[in-house]
Amino acid sequence: MSTEELTVQRAASHALGALQSFVVRYGLGIALVIAWEYAARRAGSIFFPPPSEILHRAAVLWLSGPPSRLFLSDGVFQDVLPSLLRVLGGWALAVAVGVPLGVLIGRSRSLSDFVNSTLQFLRAIPGPALIPVFIILLGTESTMRVTLIAFGSVWPILLNTIEGTRTVDPLQLDTAQAFRLPRYARLWRVVLPAAMPKIFAGMRVSLSLAVILMVVSELVASTSGIGYRIQNAQIMFLLTDMWCGIILLALLGYTLNWLFLKFEDRVLGWHRSARGRTAAS
Amino acid sequence: MRAAGPPRHNGAAVLTVENLHHAYTPGQVVTSHVTFDVKAGEIVSIVGPSGCGKTTLLKALAGLLKPTGGTIKFQGKVVQGVPDGLAMVFQEYGRSLLPWATVNGNIELPLRYQSITPDECRRRVAESLQAVDLSGFGERYPWQLSGGMQQRVAIARALAYQPKLLLMDEPFASVDAQTRADLEDLVAAVRDRYGITIVLVTHDIDESVYLSDRVIVLSRPPSTVLAQIDIDLSRPRDQIKTKAMQQFVEKRTAIAQMIKRPIAG
Repeated sequence: MSTEELTVQRAASHALGALQSFVVRYGLGIALVIAWEYAARRAGSIFFPPPSEILHRAAVLWLSGPPSRLFLSDGVFQDVLPSLLRVLGGWALAVAVGVPLGVLIGRSRSLSDFVNSTLQFLRAIPGPALIPVFIILLGTESTMRVTLIAFGSVWPILLNTIEGTRTVDPLQLDTAQAFRLPRYARLWRVVLPAAMPKIFAGMRVSLSLAVILMVVSELVASTSGIGYRIQNAQIMFLLTDMWCGIILLALLGYTLNWLFLKFEDRVLGWHRSARGRTAAS
Repeated sequence: MRAAGPPRHNGAAVLTVENLHHAYTPGQVVTSHVTFDVKAGEIVSIVGPSGCGKTTLLKALAGLLKPTGGTIKFQGKVVQGVPDGLAMVFQEYGRSLLPWATVNGNIELPLRYQSITPDECRRRVAESLQAVDLSGFGERYPWQLSGGMQQRVAIARALAYQPKLLLMDEPFASVDAQTRADLEDLVAAVRDRYGITIVLVTHDIDESVYLSDRVIVLSRPPSTVLAQIDIDLSRPRDQIKTKAMQQFVEKRTAIAQMIKRPIAG
């Protein structure tokens, strides 16, 4: 075989490999959408519009605004943005409370013994069950929803931070102590980075919890948000609108998770590489 | 390189250990009445049968562990907590180096909290990396390096700290034989260059004789000092020639006899 032929063959096998990996990654999703389209068209039920119709309706709902607003329509500003802000606000609050509190509890044996059973009890309360209580305490505005999201999604962060800071390698702590690192430096330079992989795992779980809680909170006593829009569409029998909201939520959850993974990769790149290295050797 | 000559230590004790006693639980006495001192600039090895509390002893010297009895004085002061001027190299370099920091970051970390200028800090990092022959590896992560290189980073971290006393806990137990020989010679070179006092715990009798000016032999627990053996082999020492010397063989045999234990039934 000539080198030219070899090159062509190699390029072909490369392209084939790329195609194969694309099919493996996204093939199932694409096949399901096609099957859904076909089944929905055949059935012709108004409860299950085909995805093409949903997509078209979504474009009308959210992407029919003026060019000056990047084509975003009022729907985005009335419903999508408030929902997004509630998720991010509630989740940020959960991180801001969960991490410091977790470090405090994780680093103190006695405090941890003292609060553990109470925390486990509080954690067992399903967040949505507290909606009536929060409505009484905080009204029906965004504060109530953000608080609910924060309360419901703080647990994975808090418990993972406790676990992560408690299980720092004692040798790393000995090293820090032997080199006379001051207390705050031991915390900031050793305990926190060591606990970071677990903290991040908690943050990721709680991010998807936050999306769930956002929707649930918007189903009750609400006047805006994606959850409100879904429920409202159902009541008004705008079933395609309802499906639009559901698909948008899936997209939102997927995107948030993807963004978080990118962020985690940047912060914890050392962790993955170090682990890969140890596993290989 | 210096010619073989008089010992490099100047005779004043920097570290004194008196009647050191430690028990993790009241029934489990690890060391009892361990007494010795270490002179400035000396390399002293502590050997003994496994379980004789070598690591416990070293941790107590470092101030990382509070012994149940006896006193340890470093530079005339009773050790309570980690004293100033002390650095430590652990056996498990892979766990003692921080995986999220680069080699430079690891070496720098203890220096940040000393009152030295950033310039001085950079200079020390570069110099200590050069001393362990790892210049150019500063931006790597510890886990990208081989075991021997990682342990050299740990040594560089200790050197950059400019300690008076360097404690090493089985520093070469987890590296291959060739690397181990290189690191042993590195330790001797470092002592000569910086005049640091070095106390090292090892389970390897050859290593203790080869490296040290004096070997302290501990007994089985509750351990006491069985013997202190001066090693007056000429320096610089050589991995092959020194270890073939009659004197070397005699010393190592004597020590091996002392810590040999009957096979437990």
